[in-house]
Amino acid sequence: MMRNLTKLSTALGLLAVAALAFAGGPLEGVTEKQATNWHAIIMFCIFVTMTMGITYWASSRTKSTADFYTAGGGITGFQNGLAIAGDYMSAATLLGLTAMVYTQGYDGYIYMLAFFAGWPIILFLMAERLRNLGKFTFSDITAYRLDEGKVRTMAAISSLTVVCFYLIAQMVGAGQLIKLLFGLEYNVAIFAVGILMMVYVTFGGMVATTWVQIIKACMLLAGGTLVMILAFSQFDFSFQNLVEKATAVHKLKDKLMYPGSLLADPVTAISLGLGLMFGTAGLPHILMRFFTVTDAKEARKSVLYASGFVAYFFNVIFIMGLCGILIVGQNPEFFEGGTVGGKLIGGGNMVAMHLANAVGGNMLLGFLAAVAFATILAVVSGLALAGASAISHDLYARVIMKGQASETKEIQVSRIATICLGFVAIVLGILFEKQNIAFMVGLAFGVAAAANFPVLILSMFWKGLTTRGALFGGYGGLISAVTLVVLSKSVWVDVLHNAAPLFPYGQPALFAMPFAFLLAYIFSKTDSSARALREIDAFEDQYVRGQTGFGASSASNH
Amino acid sequence: MSSAMYERMRVNPKFQELVTKRSRFAWTLAAIVLTMFYGFVMVVAFNPASLGKPVSEGSMLTVGVAVELFMFIFFWSLTAVYVRRANTEFDSLTQEIVKEAWKENK
Repeated sequence: MMRNLTKLSTALGLLAVAALAFAGGPLEGVTEKQATNWHAIIMFCIFVTMTMGITYWASSRTKSTADFYTAGGGITGFQNGLAIAGDYMSAATLLGLTAMVYTQGYDGYIYMLAFFAGWPIILFLMAERLRNLGKFTFSDITAYRLDEGKVRTMAAISSLTVVCFYLIAQMVGAGQLIKLLFGLEYNVAIFAVGILMMVYVTFGGMVATTWVQIIKACMLLAGGTLVMILAFSQFDFSFQNLVEKATAVHKLKDKLMYPGSLLADPVTAISLGLGLMFGTAGLPHILMRFFTVTDAKEARKSVLYASGFVAYFFNVIFIMGLCGILIVGQNPEFFEGGTVGGKLIGGGNMVAMHLANAVGGNMLLGFLAAVAFATILAVVSGLALAGASAISHDLYARVIMKGQASETKEIQVSRIATICLGFVAIVLGILFEKQNIAFMVGLAFGVAAAANFPVLILSMFWKGLTTRGALFGGYGGLISAVTLVVLSKSVWVDVLHNAAPLFPYGQPALFAMPFAFLLAYIFSKTDSSARALREIDAFEDQYVRGQTGFGASSASNH
Repeated sequence: MSSAMYERMRVNPKFQELVTKRSRFAWTLAAIVLTMFYGFVMVVAFNPASLGKPVSEGSMLTVGVAVELFMFIFFWSLTAVYVRRANTEFDSLTQEIVKEAWKENK
């Protein structure tokens, strides 16, 4: 039955791709849609065929809940490192950050450091205890000694909130991007991404999702490096030469290498730094990757590899963006109407793609476009798996069934949850097509930093945390982060069309995060119930396990 | 059973040694990263012009780019240093603690 389903799904997946390939017909007149790009489509089909093969293989190895959620804990540190890097480097990283360096110069580089700096902190303070205390989701840790039903419900709600915001950003991005790169209909693209993701996650679980991430991360690293080398070679690999020429032609002139408008006021700069750094440490799909390895040793290695790849790739992007200023920014071919300095064909995010085209022709453009599509697909799959596990493991198995659900039933629920999330993603993707979704990723990071991170870190480090404190901290962080974003310019003005924002900063972390910590502290301290005393007592055992890993779930059967 | 095991580990002096050494090491490294990163963010916020200066006369390499590149490499080296020490020294200490607790158990 399972086998047939898998075959069916593989066929469905390929069908979706075929539909994709043939849907690029009549609407060529729409401004942003490009001519159908066959190189890209063929290369993407190769990627899909390969990953479908892996999903088919993975489905035969996905029998227990441990297999489904964490690939049975059998992923090595190196593989997991690549997968984490894959999860972390979305299409927004490749396209958005290249474009940011292209238009803002040095500011883009500052952003990248903020995205990177969270990793060492995660390793030093969290990786160990995460691996030693958790099993499938990070709620395993917050619920370890607290009231399981209430705390897991809260953690699942904030996880799902983060997942949904992140999904909207990825889906809308995917639709726009595929319209641009492949010359396909927006809705076709959304359905293709949604259906392929459902197939990967439903049948292959974490094994397939991990391998999709690994393959995609390798493609991304290889593709980016190739474009960077070809582009940089035009400047004899001299940074001096490159920057000299770039500052001479860029409209920012000498200010190109100065911190500029993006981080104009100190509050925004600090809030952004906090949000990106601690948001990373609260993203459910990233935290989940700490449970896919054998033990704490491999978990540490994964962070080492992942941060290495991320740091390397950010520097590649910096060079790509600078090269783009000259190679793309000075070439009339890439501008609408052929006027240098006008609007880039396909919009501002296309710098990386035009650069690939300029230095490597259609083949390289096709490859990079396929990489971008694969990237979206992989990130969406990771998100869906994290969301599904919050539903099936936290809500269904632990809260509703109180741990009495059979493994088969739990996997079944997580598959259904994945399919539901897939449809939710498709619907949201279509609903938000015309919306400005720039704030979505910031919102996801903000909620992760304010709702997930404070409770998680307190539950690991602070003996005094009680259920009451965790609930107030978690819900308080969630509500304040969402409220602040709604009142900020990106929603209040850009989406709701009010005259002026009620909250003047774009990033909520600086305010929402301390607020969550404060609530958790106050409501734990004033909690003198018998339950609270028991919970504080239970910290000692948790502490020893967190430090030694004794009793931690180990790799099963691999 | 397992609670008794945890109790035995906790009273083992090696456990205290592990916790003290590792926490001190991890927090020191974390403090270095946090201080450097937020120090840098403060400079971006309050004195951006200083980051735009060239490292030497006529060079196109600015202080900001050099400092950031250094941080990318330095932070990553710190993770390597931590992983190396944790995967050897701390892990073998942990194994000893667990083994001794088992022995007492018998």
